[in-house]
Amino acid sequence: MSLHQTHRTIDAIWRMESAKLIAALTRIVRDVGVAEDLAQDALVIALDRWPETGIPDNPAAWLMTTAKRRAIDGIRRNKLRDQKYAEIGHGADLYTEDDIDSALDGEIGDDLLRLIFMTCHPVLSQDARVALTLRLLCGLTTDEIARSFLAAETTIAQRIVRAKRTLSAAKVPFEVPVGKELLRDRLSAVFEVIYLMFNEGYSATSGEHWTRPLLCQEALRLGRVLAEIAPRVPEIHGLVALMEIQSSRMKTRVNAKGEPVLLMDQNRAKWDQLLIRRGLSALERCRKLGQPLGPYALQASISACHAQAASVAETDWIKIAALYEALSTVSPSPIVELNRAVAISMAFGPAFGLQIIDELYAVPSLKEYHLLPSVRGDLLVKLGRYDEARVEFERAAALTRNERERALLWNRAAECEFAQLN
Amino acid sequence: MRFMMIVKATTDSEAGQPPSQELIDAMQKYNEELVKAGVLLAADGLMPSSGGIRISYPEPGGKPKIMDGPFTEAKEMIAGYTLIEVKSREEAVEWAMRMPDPHGFGQGEIELRQVYEMEDLVDNPETLAKDAALREQLEAQRKA
Repeated sequence: MSLHQTHRTIDAIWRMESAKLIAALTRIVRDVGVAEDLAQDALVIALDRWPETGIPDNPAAWLMTTAKRRAIDGIRRNKLRDQKYAEIGHGADLYTEDDIDSALDGEIGDDLLRLIFMTCHPVLSQDARVALTLRLLCGLTTDEIARSFLAAETTIAQRIVRAKRTLSAAKVPFEVPVGKELLRDRLSAVFEVIYLMFNEGYSATSGEHWTRPLLCQEALRLGRVLAEIAPRVPEIHGLVALMEIQSSRMKTRVNAKGEPVLLMDQNRAKWDQLLIRRGLSALERCRKLGQPLGPYALQASISACHAQAASVAETDWIKIAALYEALSTVSPSPIVELNRAVAISMAFGPAFGLQIIDELYAVPSLKEYHLLPSVRGDLLVKLGRYDEARVEFERAAALTRNERERALLWNRAAECEFAQLN
Repeated sequence: MRFMMIVKATTDSEAGQPPSQELIDAMQKYNEELVKAGVLLAADGLMPSSGGIRISYPEPGGKPKIMDGPFTEAKEMIAGYTLIEVKSREEAVEWAMRMPDPHGFGQGEIELRQVYEMEDLVDNPETLAKDAALREQLEAQRKA
């Protein structure tokens, strides 16, 4: 194996093992920053030795052993230091881990779960949570994270350093929160991070688009991991289902020119059927747990309706409208209402959708939202009220910040004018 | 990128001999690892070729020839597959190397192959439209 090849293999092994390594090490040293350093040290040693000795039969175990040995050395040194401190009267016992061996056993899945809770801890800002999760749980380099967010590498590096420092300063425990309430609240923070990560990759059409699918993939992979280590929580499967089904459309969301393609216009033949099936079965797992569907499961159910329809016309819009109704009860928002209006107009006719839309005009947060007049224009066209529709499209065009969308909306306004003349 | 790990058939798998408990345990543990890493997409085992058929086209444009199983040359046949999604070829190789010896007795053989993406194969709208029609039909059958 060439040196280059060996390094590529070590890189692959690192991606596969780093999260587990860091999780297990955090349990021993109680500090994610220190744990990451130890894991990185082990990697450096491997990069140095393996090209000569060859890659060991069980590289994961090798890395773990090497890192643990260094961790234990560190603890011993610290204990010694603590003893010395104690002798001079400070007496702070930094490490309470008495039995190191017992700390080395235990279920790796639990460690990963603890690590997820730690990197998604509320003491961190949303940005910091995502960056730290990508770094520690997905094994992405600072450079990769920076490219994914179209940010400078130094910005991301600083964000990660600060996040680790914050966790350490706040003495955030390495544990899965107990109690139903806590578990639910904290888990929703975890879901948020994963879904935010996914959406960053999914919705963006700007920048170096080839780095963006990486975010979706990592979020989906993380979701799948989470679903395996905490299978009794219904919303985990709902979130996974949502991401699987949305991922199935990834390749049809942008055309060859890089322009976004709306769901209604996507080439359904190119939807990834394997991911759709996986999404549907995740949704099934969620339903089987027999609890009311949460926001992710409801969104996944809506996505599933689209995925199962052969065409826009054959879509079960009545079911979708009902699901939006449920979603607006569980997590109400004007955007959900807007979507509900669209579903209702598809199911029961544009006049019914228009009623909801007109009510939304009173919502202050939607004042500047271009999709509201855009959807209203759409419904008015269907009702043959071209004159009013043209005004709405013009209004939407003035509000959007996206050039391509603006061109499209002006075009629609012009079409209205034309239709009116005929 | 997706890779398929193909487990080749052996005289035992062809005889319908169930794998040893040991092997089942090892495979289960391995699959669990794949699942926990979030990389497993699908995995299945195939029944012996004695229940299968082979369709060949010996004449260009001619009628197919149908042959009933079992077929000879166990190693040319497939006993099961595992489909994974990973970030690099190296990662796929690393996972394949960790799969337990599927059969023992010096007969185990695993083949690793990358899966084509749809657009690697076709970008012809007509082909894609036909594919869509087929899927529609499938869906209709499923609902029926």
